[in-house]
Amino acid sequence: MKKTLKILALVLSLCMVVACFAACNNDADETLTDGNVVATDGDAADVSEDVSADAGEVALDYSDIKVGFIFLHAPTDSTYDKNFMNAVEEVQATLGLTNDQVIVMSDIAESEACYEAAMDLVDQGCNIIFGDSFGHEDYLIQAAQECPDVQFCHATGDSALAENIPNFHNAFASIYEGRYVAGIVAGMKINEMIENGEFTAEEAKMGYVGAFPYAEVISGYTSFYLGARSVCPTVTMEVKYTNSWFDIDAERTQAIALIESGCKLISQHADSEGAPKACEEYGVPNVAYNVNTTDMGPTTALISSKINWAPYMTYMIDCVVKGEAIDTDWCGGFNTGSVELTELNTAVAAEGTQEAIDAAIAAFKAGELHVYDTATFTVNGEALAEDFQADVVPDAAYTPDTDVVLDGYFAESEFRSAPYFSIIIDGITAVVEG
Amino acid sequence: MSHVAPHMEPPVRLSKRDVMPTWKGILVRIAGILLGVALSSLFIVLVTDLNPAEVFTSLFDGCFGTPRRIWNLLQNTAILLCISLAVTPAYKMKFWNIGAEGQVLVGAAATAACMIYFGNTLSPWLLFPLMIISSLFAGMVWGMIPAFFKAYFNTNETLFTLMMNYVATQVIAFLITYWENPKGSNSVGVINSATKAGWLPYLFDKQYLINILVVLALTVVMYIYLKYSKHGYEISVVGESENTARYIGINVKKVILRTMALSGALCGLAGLLLVSGSSHTVSVNTAGGRGFTAILVSWLAKFNPAVMLLTSFLIVFFERGAAQIATSFRMNESLADIITGIILFFIIGSEFFLNYKLNFRHSKKKEG
Repeated sequence: MKKTLKILALVLSLCMVVACFAACNNDADETLTDGNVVATDGDAADVSEDVSADAGEVALDYSDIKVGFIFLHAPTDSTYDKNFMNAVEEVQATLGLTNDQVIVMSDIAESEACYEAAMDLVDQGCNIIFGDSFGHEDYLIQAAQECPDVQFCHATGDSALAENIPNFHNAFASIYEGRYVAGIVAGMKINEMIENGEFTAEEAKMGYVGAFPYAEVISGYTSFYLGARSVCPTVTMEVKYTNSWFDIDAERTQAIALIESGCKLISQHADSEGAPKACEEYGVPNVAYNVNTTDMGPTTALISSKINWAPYMTYMIDCVVKGEAIDTDWCGGFNTGSVELTELNTAVAAEGTQEAIDAAIAAFKAGELHVYDTATFTVNGEALAEDFQADVVPDAAYTPDTDVVLDGYFAESEFRSAPYFSIIIDGITAVVEG
Repeated sequence: MSHVAPHMEPPVRLSKRDVMPTWKGILVRIAGILLGVALSSLFIVLVTDLNPAEVFTSLFDGCFGTPRRIWNLLQNTAILLCISLAVTPAYKMKFWNIGAEGQVLVGAAATAACMIYFGNTLSPWLLFPLMIISSLFAGMVWGMIPAFFKAYFNTNETLFTLMMNYVATQVIAFLITYWENPKGSNSVGVINSATKAGWLPYLFDKQYLINILVVLALTVVMYIYLKYSKHGYEISVVGESENTARYIGINVKKVILRTMALSGALCGLAGLLLVSGSSHTVSVNTAGGRGFTAILVSWLAKFNPAVMLLTSFLIVFFERGAAQIATSFRMNESLADIITGIILFFIIGSEFFLNYKLNFRHSKKKEG
């Protein structure tokens, strides 16, 4: 027995070593390139400007396209990835792509696993690779530098403009506009409750369960709050963080804590059913994100704002088919169909809400409405200075580098698709740790 | 006790087997795997409309399809093997160390700290030794805390090491709030991506080769340590019976502390290989559950480091293959998990039948 085991072990170790060197020879030509990283400072490029080089190919057919998707979690487990998967299925059906042309890898961690997954997709012949999580960015950049002929598109990232790698692109949507509209729905509901004598206008307080004290979250709840305050001037808001993107228990606990501290309505920027279900239990109206929660809270769910990724996915595929360059940094909105609101739960919403939603969306589409109008909010009692700078170009020290106040409003997502509004405005109480 | 009629004995009775010839043992194991494959094929046919042959082809394709996949397979095997080797001395001593996850994490955090704070100031000749010492030391401390309480206060090491995992996770989560980039994103990102300071070198342009070679060397050393050294002998004796160990003059407390120091330090080494040799970042998921899988690897191999080459390879093979099945057929990962589960069940089951036999009531066979 022991002798056989020894022999077996020896054979296996030899196999391992031989496999190492066999693999060495096969792809010895792949070396890690150092990639010239040029950081731009000062003026960030205009979002619509094409910094990326032309793909340089003759026009292709849809049958020549192979797209690889890298998801952080399995779409069956996480509503965040489910939202991307729905878009993938929609785009695949619309463009008539086969399952061989659309490869989805899920449960890819924000580590070298992402780089390996991206390179594996390259090996399988993908022309476009799409990553869905913020932490995938560094690894996608590494893969993009090594494979200049493949287009890498990354949702929610913030480095493409600064890195200036021709085949690496960021994309996001002006979801803050969607949240503003959802905020109007919330504000109208609060007005209705005040009119019904449930509480006074001075007691009107909303609660918000956020994931992390991070620009994307701060930008989101500020727009939600401003939307609500545009119809209910006395409303205030308290924010609590869960320090996780997906934590059912923490989201539930924070929602209940907010309700018990007197919040009359709850919204959240976190991906689980924790908060909506807690609201249904306590009979408190709720505004959700990305998924329609009416089935979880038939008597409390109002509406959800959501990002629809299908327009961007279609756009990136079309660009490669036509041989055109993909925008380095793309930001969708109501006009592109990237920002949407789910169906209003009329059983809960106040009278006339749908009309208000339609009017606000029309104003956004026409460019007449700006969420962060500096006339509508103050910071420590003062209006935002006209020369206020935000940290648009990512750096370790978070140096403010760009004038973002234009024509009397804070121009969110205009210098970079990923949000950079990270100011706590008056009326919002948020505990910021760290 | 009421009297029981002799013919009322239970229909099946277990009895310990004599040692089986090696060739027979191997045959039983192969039969176990084949039965597992057959049952999973049946499951695939019944539950999905896929062709089992295609599913198993995809399993192999996911592991051996391209040179890159072979490298990934070897790298993942190496890391799992490293952690399995680390927990083995403790288990051989019957010290239930289920805290490898935490010990790997603190080792990873120590490595990341060196890379972040000293990466761009120290020369590589100082930086690498510093990283090695601090990761080994961090893992060692994490392993010795429960060992100390076990040795001097006879606390329950299973609960203690388990709880140390949660403490380690929280420590990392806390450190990430200092290291995160950008602020609030809860992600550290690639450390020293521009300078590559503190990254283990790529041998022959191969990123993972150094990890694989280090772990292979460690396997040999661990084999010799457990089998031929005095320490190894003491570990076996303490594992068999603490009283015997005491009787023959072994200092049990010292052996427990020393062995857990070794076990923890090697987990710290795995943390070093993970951060400096592959991911170049740190998160609460850096260990990724391997601290627990390693226990399975170690026990399946009956604490023989050479056999662990095989068992760790087997586990990683199914893991990688399963991921490929999920991707190729756009199936939920659950299908792959079920297949892996069935086959592992049969592998563990064949170990059972190697040690025991079933005696049926009507069996005419005489028992020895």
